Amino acid sequence: MTPTASAPSGFDESTLVAQAKAGDQNAFSELVKGYERKIYRLAKNITRNDEDAEDVLQDAFLKAYEHLDSFKGDSKFYTWIVRIAVNEALMRLRKRKTDRSVPLDEPVELGEETVTREIAVWEDNPEQRYSKEEWRHILDEAVDTLKPDFRTVFVLRDIEELSTEETAETLGISIPAVKSRLLRARLALRERLTRQFKRKGEDLLGNL
Amino acid sequence: MVTCKQFLQELNAYLDESVDPVTKQHWQDHVNECPNCFVIVDTTKKTLEVYKGVEPQTIPEDVRSRLWAALERKMAAKKQKQPQA
Repeated sequence: MTPTASAPSGFDESTLVAQAKAGDQNAFSELVKGYERKIYRLAKNITRNDEDAEDVLQDAFLKAYEHLDSFKGDSKFYTWIVRIAVNEALMRLRKRKTDRSVPLDEPVELGEETVTREIAVWEDNPEQRYSKEEWRHILDEAVDTLKPDFRTVFVLRDIEELSTEETAETLGISIPAVKSRLLRARLALRERLTRQFKRKGEDLLGNL
Repeated sequence: MVTCKQFLQELNAYLDESVDPVTKQHWQDHVNECPNCFVIVDTTKKTLEVYKGVEPQTIPEDVRSRLWAALERKMAAKKQKQPQA
């Protein structure tokens, strides 16, 4: 991940981390300000629950503050705080028992009938047809339909832009498991959004 | 010959370009000849683009103020425990 992909511009993560580790509380506050929105988005995307998302947001930064000494700086601070937040989020998800997840490393069954039913081109710039709020709602709702295991991988890889390796490490699953869940998640979302955005009058070209 | 099923299994590697040029060309040939896979590649790419394009929402004001109140409490407690040398 490049620093520009994760950090706001004019934000020097490594200097702030060094200052924060030396006891500079303002530096730590700057780090929180830099990432609070992303961590909140991540928490919401994984837990899909406002109350849990708030708890995750708070606990992640409080834990980071508490354990700053143990942050070695061999990874990026952003990756570290993401890992803390993901663990907090997954813990809450399990508590709610909404996670009817598949066993780890289950191979992707690419049943064409379920993953590629909608084969149609999209209208141009679909986002222009919706207000910002409606647009967010459509995308959120689509992510909501994914099972937690698939959703979490999609959120880390394609929204937070972690690498395959970082995602595997964060979730404690194998690299092939990350890859197969990501494929499943991407195809399911594509399917879902195609139903919404397909060009009028342009329906199935046929089944694979 | 690459089949649609084989191609779909490798769709991520194709999209993320994590593949050698020869294999990529094989898949490219399939996409060029198969209208269904062409559409799937195109709409999957667009799916990823729409998610990448969404800026994180602002945190609701009450949620944010509770976060900062909690942080300030924590920081104040630490300061008391270890006075700055």
